[in-house]
Amino acid sequence: MKVFRWFIGMIFLVGIVILIVIRPLPFLFYPDLPYIGFLGRVLYIIILACILCLYRVWRGPTGADRIVAVDILGILIVGLCAVLTISTGRSWYIDIGIAWALQSFICALALSKYLEGKGFDD
Amino acid sequence: MINIIGLIFISIGLTFDVLGCLGLVRLPDVYCRLQAATKCVTLGTCSILFGTFLIVGFTAAGIKSLLCIIFVILTAPVAAHAIARGAHRAGVKLWKDSIVDKYAEDKEGEA
Repeated sequence: MKVFRWFIGMIFLVGIVILIVIRPLPFLFYPDLPYIGFLGRVLYIIILACILCLYRVWRGPTGADRIVAVDILGILIVGLCAVLTISTGRSWYIDIGIAWALQSFICALALSKYLEGKGFDD
Repeated sequence: MINIIGLIFISIGLTFDVLGCLGLVRLPDVYCRLQAATKCVTLGTCSILFGTFLIVGFTAAGIKSLLCIIFVILTAPVAAHAIARGAHRAGVKLWKDSIVDKYAEDKEGEA
């Protein structure tokens, strides 16, 4: 069973590395913008970091590990939205980033109060 | 030229992000994971946002990315502190090779 889990993880990691090495998918980006090859690879590397965080959400021994991983995932997605702002030229992606940072902060505070064992009203 | 500097900032931030997430996976304890991941990922995301500001310039998206830097720097340590305090009060054990626990001594002093 442990060998099977290692096999699944290696398939994910090797797939992401292959996506980083070959050029990015053509329907996701506008190919006439500058530095599009570099920025597409940056997007895939941030997605690799998000998959590492999701591994910790999946296999966390305690609840606190899962809460830490969710908090870190929120900050990573802000960076992802910033890179999408450059690579597509649409300026509303950074609005999504600001809103995501706000809700991630409130979510982390509420989950830590839940972890502490008190109610939400004190 | 300013675009190249922005891409260098994005590369530095990307390195910090990936190393922080590697620490989140590999370290043995919830407090060690919190320490590694929060600092590295906060610095890396702020560097990516500053590179975005350098490339986009003084447009609406650039000013919003500066606002986002200020917001992330102000809120990420607060969230990490709240999570660590909640985990310690919920009774999450430290790693077996940890040698000092000041917060437990403080709680014994209060009681």
